[in-house]
Amino acid sequence: MSNFFKETDIDTSQAEAIVTETLKNCDDGELYLENHKSESIILDDNKIKSSTYNSDQGYGFRAVTGEVVAYSHSNDISKESLRKSSDNLKDTLKSKKGTYNHEIPKTNNKYYENINPIESKTFDSKIDLLNSVNNYLRSKGSIVNQVTANFLGEHKSIEIIRSDNQVLKDDRPLVRFNVSVVLEKNGKKETGVYGVGGRQSYDDYLKDGSWKDVCDEAFRIANVNLESKPAPAGEMKVVLGPGWPAILIHEAIGHGLEGDFNRKKTSAFHNLMGQQVASEGVTIVDDGTLHQRRGSLTIDDEGTPTENTVLIENGILKNYMQDRLNARLMGTKSTGSGRRESYKHVVLPRMRNTMMLSGKYSQDEMISSVDKGIFAVSFGGGQVDITSGKFVFNCTEAYEINNGKIGSPIKGATLIGDGPSILKEVSLVGNDMKLDPGIGTCGKAGQGVPVGVAQPSILINKMTVGGTKL
Amino acid sequence: MIRDQEFLRDIASYCIENSKKLGATDVGVKVIHSVSENVSFRNKKLDESNRADSFAVNLTTYIEKKKSSINSSDLSKSNLEKLIERCIDATKITPSDENNSLPDKDLMSKEIRDLNLYDETHYPNDKKIEFLKNVEETASTDEKIVNTEAGFTENKNNFILANSNGFLGGYKTSYFSSSCVAVSRINGAMERDYEFGSTRFLEDMMEPEEIGKIAADKAIKKLGPKKIKSEKIGVIFDKRISKGILSTLASAISASAIARGTSFLKDQINSEVFPNSINIIDDPKIEKGLGSQNFDSEGVETNSLKLVENGILKNYLIDTYYGKKLNLKSNGRSGGTTNLYFENGTLSFKDLLNSEKKFLYITETIGHGGNIITGDYSVGASGFMVEDGELTYPVSEITIAGNFKEMFKNITLANDLEMKYSTNAPTLLINQMTVAGK
Repeated sequence: MSNFFKETDIDTSQAEAIVTETLKNCDDGELYLENHKSESIILDDNKIKSSTYNSDQGYGFRAVTGEVVAYSHSNDISKESLRKSSDNLKDTLKSKKGTYNHEIPKTNNKYYENINPIESKTFDSKIDLLNSVNNYLRSKGSIVNQVTANFLGEHKSIEIIRSDNQVLKDDRPLVRFNVSVVLEKNGKKETGVYGVGGRQSYDDYLKDGSWKDVCDEAFRIANVNLESKPAPAGEMKVVLGPGWPAILIHEAIGHGLEGDFNRKKTSAFHNLMGQQVASEGVTIVDDGTLHQRRGSLTIDDEGTPTENTVLIENGILKNYMQDRLNARLMGTKSTGSGRRESYKHVVLPRMRNTMMLSGKYSQDEMISSVDKGIFAVSFGGGQVDITSGKFVFNCTEAYEINNGKIGSPIKGATLIGDGPSILKEVSLVGNDMKLDPGIGTCGKAGQGVPVGVAQPSILINKMTVGGTKL
Repeated sequence: MIRDQEFLRDIASYCIENSKKLGATDVGVKVIHSVSENVSFRNKKLDESNRADSFAVNLTTYIEKKKSSINSSDLSKSNLEKLIERCIDATKITPSDENNSLPDKDLMSKEIRDLNLYDETHYPNDKKIEFLKNVEETASTDEKIVNTEAGFTENKNNFILANSNGFLGGYKTSYFSSSCVAVSRINGAMERDYEFGSTRFLEDMMEPEEIGKIAADKAIKKLGPKKIKSEKIGVIFDKRISKGILSTLASAISASAIARGTSFLKDQINSEVFPNSINIIDDPKIEKGLGSQNFDSEGVETNSLKLVENGILKNYLIDTYYGKKLNLKSNGRSGGTTNLYFENGTLSFKDLLNSEKKFLYITETIGHGGNIITGDYSVGASGFMVEDGELTYPVSEITIAGNFKEMFKNITLANDLEMKYSTNAPTLLINQMTVAGK
């Protein structure tokens, strides 16, 4: 646990006094302190390409009244700097008057241990493992053209000081281990990428040679792509595999159900609460309470304990994801979805682990029901225009389906759809829900936060596949 | 207020001296201070005011051919002392790489030219608010506009880059930007579009009314889009997205992609990559340029470079490390391109639109569907159908796909280049791409 005021000219009680004084005429706000340590060690092209250690500390001071957010952040935790920020906030909100809402739920739950993953594995052993990855993959033959592997580890301590000396704290470990391999055969090059991670130590994900599974999976994807044919172009049936393809849910539905876009009525979902937005049998939740998952949080970045929020239940839109500001303005409660990338960023309602729950069909039933379509197993990334509802995501492993049978692999292609209508096109929901391997980062308004996704296999009646073959 | 050069120089020197004391044979360091103020408006009301005051130190230490780095935002000497120690410890046990080194001394920037990159004008928040009111007032004139958001950002930066070979340089830069996002609605369906301006000097900023009007006009024009049939068709890229072609080129000709063998343009140097009418230039020394710089992120002098001349690929973008791998000298492109642009084409925008009976005109793409290794490209898109030179109706929920190698060879440029961003391209046509729709 960091002591943010050690080695500064200010102590906790003085800081608390500044917070209370600054926020006395505001609806909400807090002083958010953060100490963030992170490392990145990259092996590339047979060499340790870089090893970097980052140490970042600072505060973000926020005052909120009505719809207006005043924010000031700095690396300099000092009396003068805090006072300056305080003046700045008061000046912005000088013509407004609010009533501070002290209510914030308490929790004793913890969804991860306070460990520092950077220190819990020696630097030498990280270098050794990266070299083992390189040797292991290159031993698979001369088709291996390039290997990149990296460790990303971090430990973040946060402290939230609210008006009248309410203090909330959290310590968050996070790791990610990635392998990328480029294969070359007959003049054709293809990439395969795979990774694992979450809020535990590196070794929890890599022990007993399980790092080899990560390598094998990256190799397998690249190998499949070496045989890929041009992807088809046009509308067709799409079967999505379980797990990571749930970024479809994240892009198509998730962003559109974030509170801010609905309060501002810029989301294609803003007037659909309580209505049928998906086929019956489709239930989607956003869960911050899964143990050690990448998107999990004990408390969010406003101090609210996270929860399992039901977004869509049997096709009916039930809830938006809320931070305190949007919840207050929409007359509801925070769902513990208030997140920020760092002290440099304002809080926004964000996703945590977004999951479509299992239904009753097998993947085989789905595939055998398709005359002509594609089977998409793995994805790169996605993006959405929340206003028009149009979203895309990029396949990194996909196959043709012909007459109910899986055919040749196809080249990476973008799939495009319409968020509010796509879930009505989900005709079968599989019984094989799977979590993603713990690698997702979601971007919104220039802020990246770690997230998770999960889904079973699903059959979508109609989507546009952006290939080159007509 | 932004800290002066002397303050930053002190910290840089402290880092170099201490690293050397602990055993570093070479050291590179960058110290940055930036202050940024942002005000945003929504539906004619103040929404957010944000002030940022950030320091950063980026330090790289070498022990012979071993290398390691640290970054920190805490400039206190007690913190730096600890971090330098940590950096040296990591350097000692990081395996050697024969290509690790500081840049050659004779390539370093010798003099710092004033490129007019710093405007000390402070635009107080009251003025920003006034500006944004005007933006939104204009943007919301039409009743089809149901939501507007506007923002104004002022940013001031100062930095020092130094290394243990005696290089030391830095200067102040400023940046102003203003944007407007408008949401239009008809029959319950909404569309969103935007406009923004960014400049080094406040006096060069677009008028607020212009920003608001363009955003609103664009959002209204997009209403009621159709999904078209899948077909092969000529695709025209609006200036807002045609510059993306140059960003792709830049990634594909970076020395790292070439040296690692992961570029679709590997082995294409001195080959014809574009039609012979095409020239592509990267010029770091444009006065007030958004991408202008005196030297690159390693301190290497940067000069104007013709990347493509008469369609032929002439230069890679080279830094020290990958330059050594390729046996080439750095050309000051560590950190990428500067002010990158296509030289103007010959056709007017109107003539380009009239050069065939039918085109698809794309104003926005979504997704990250470009693959630098294979050159395959597939992204979501929206825009308009063009028939007999006129924009006839909006189009959305489609994809466009092709391969960069072929796309590059089928480019026709209009003559409407503007220097609005750091990477700039005129409107461009790519003959024959696959559009996937219905």
